[in-house]
Amino acid sequence: MHVPSTVAARLPIGSDMDLTWIRQHVRQAAAELGFGLVQQTKLVTAASELARNTLVHGGGGHMECTPVARGRIHGLRLVFTDSGPGIPDTELALSDGYTSGGGLGMGLGGARRLVHEFTLDSRPGEGTTVTITAWASGPPYPRRAL
Amino acid sequence: MRVPEHETEAQWSPSREVGDFLRRFREQIAQRWADATLFRTVFTVSRDEAVEACKVVIDALSVVAASERIEDIEAPGFAVVREQLGRMSASHVRMGRTPAQIANEVAALRVPVTELLAAESRDLPTERVQRTTLALTVLMGTLRLAVMETTLTEGEELIDRQRQQLLEFATPVIKLWDGIVAVPLIGTLDSARSQVVMESLLEAVVAQQARFAILDITGVPTVDTLVAQHLMKTVAAARLMGAECIVSGIRPAIAQTIVHLGIDLGSVVTRATLADALAFTLQRQGTGAAVGVSAEVDPT
Ligand SMILES: Nc1ncnc2c1ncn2[C@@H]1O[C@H](COP(=O)(O)OP(=O)(O)OP(=O)(O)O)[C@@H](O)[C@H]1O
Ligand SMILES: [Mg+2]
Repeated sequence: MHVPSTVAARLPIGSDMDLTWIRQHVRQAAAELGFGLVQQTKLVTAASELARNTLVHGGGGHMECTPVARGRIHGLRLVFTDSGPGIPDTELALSDGYTSGGGLGMGLGGARRLVHEFTLDSRPGEGTTVTITAWASGPPYPRRAL
Repeated sequence: MRVPEHETEAQWSPSREVGDFLRRFREQIAQRWADATLFRTVFTVSRDEAVEACKVVIDALSVVAASERIEDIEAPGFAVVREQLGRMSASHVRMGRTPAQIANEVAALRVPVTELLAAESRDLPTERVQRTTLALTVLMGTLRLAVMETTLTEGEELIDRQRQQLLEFATPVIKLWDGIVAVPLIGTLDSARSQVVMESLLEAVVAQQARFAILDITGVPTVDTLVAQHLMKTVAAARLMGAECIVSGIRPAIAQTIVHLGIDLGSVVTRATLADALAFTLQRQGTGAAVGVSAEVDPT
């Protein structure tokens, strides 16, 4: 059965196999929306990082994938949700090299650099939600001076 | 059916009567079951073997019935059944039959044996025959459960085995040159996969006395922090074995992504293509390789 990727979808994150599905789904959805190869690869990699965090640190959850549009520009919004332990210090978690396990500690900060919009919402004891958006051809608004 | 003399009415139990019936009509039941799909498809060569297999199952069932544990899938007698029918259903699974088909085939064993029971119990009181038939039906239901359980486990084991084979199959280590081995990686580099890659690569390094090992990631769709970590570990392990590791096949989109992700591959030698990596290693091997291999090599 082929589910068109351009329709909003909700995918479970409960195993390594699910991570494979998520990468495939995001890649296909991005390709269908006209993302170039580099944009696709960046978004898929960010999704892979966040989905693995949901699985490993959040104890599993799900990802929602929704196509968005501003004018004629298409984008993809991905929301990763878990009801795990949450992140006590989000600034610390986002800093490069910080890991509470045996990781590189680059996932969260790296994912933020790979997409156009990034929000991290976490409450200790309640869970974590990470929302990212990437646009097919650059964001439909002036780039903020960093 | 003749009532065994040693049994008084007070001791009578439908389970034990079933056990008794199975013992006494062992031969007849085995002859009927040997023609059932379940046994016939496995023992295609010799019918005698099918009859023998049937007898093993019947004996085990009569032990279960005698112990009055006809509803208990854990009853000791079922261990024998599991082994015999498990082996058979394993070959069914290999033949591509689904667990549901096998379950139906086991279910089909019930009719011949209940018919025989009915035919042999004509002279007995109806109520007693009904209770015995019910006990036999329950026993056959439990048998079906036991086989299902074995079939499903066997199915899982089969999938695990195939997955393992696929992993190894998908990870060929190629000898490119004297002292140079390469692994073209294809697909997702998860933890299980990267473990296999590392092991086969290190084995090849030792077996070929390789000084260089090339990991080609042209076929790896996503390089995230975990994949990067696996790559770096493999490189480090190869180094410990005395081989220098080169990662090749980093496509432009992947290279940009790695940079944004912030992963430092600085300590790893990388080349754009497998050919570049080979040229690099030949150069490093210098004249030693050229002498060892052929004059066609221009190590520049
Ligand atoms: N969904 C989550 N729930 C709870 N804690 C999280 C979650 N996501 C991230 N964290 C915390 O933030 C830390 C940093 O995450 P990050 O992805 O950057 O590194 P990592 O997962 O430890 O290693 P890697 O570089 O392999 O991703 C984690 O070690 C973990 O403590
Ligand atoms: Mg992570």
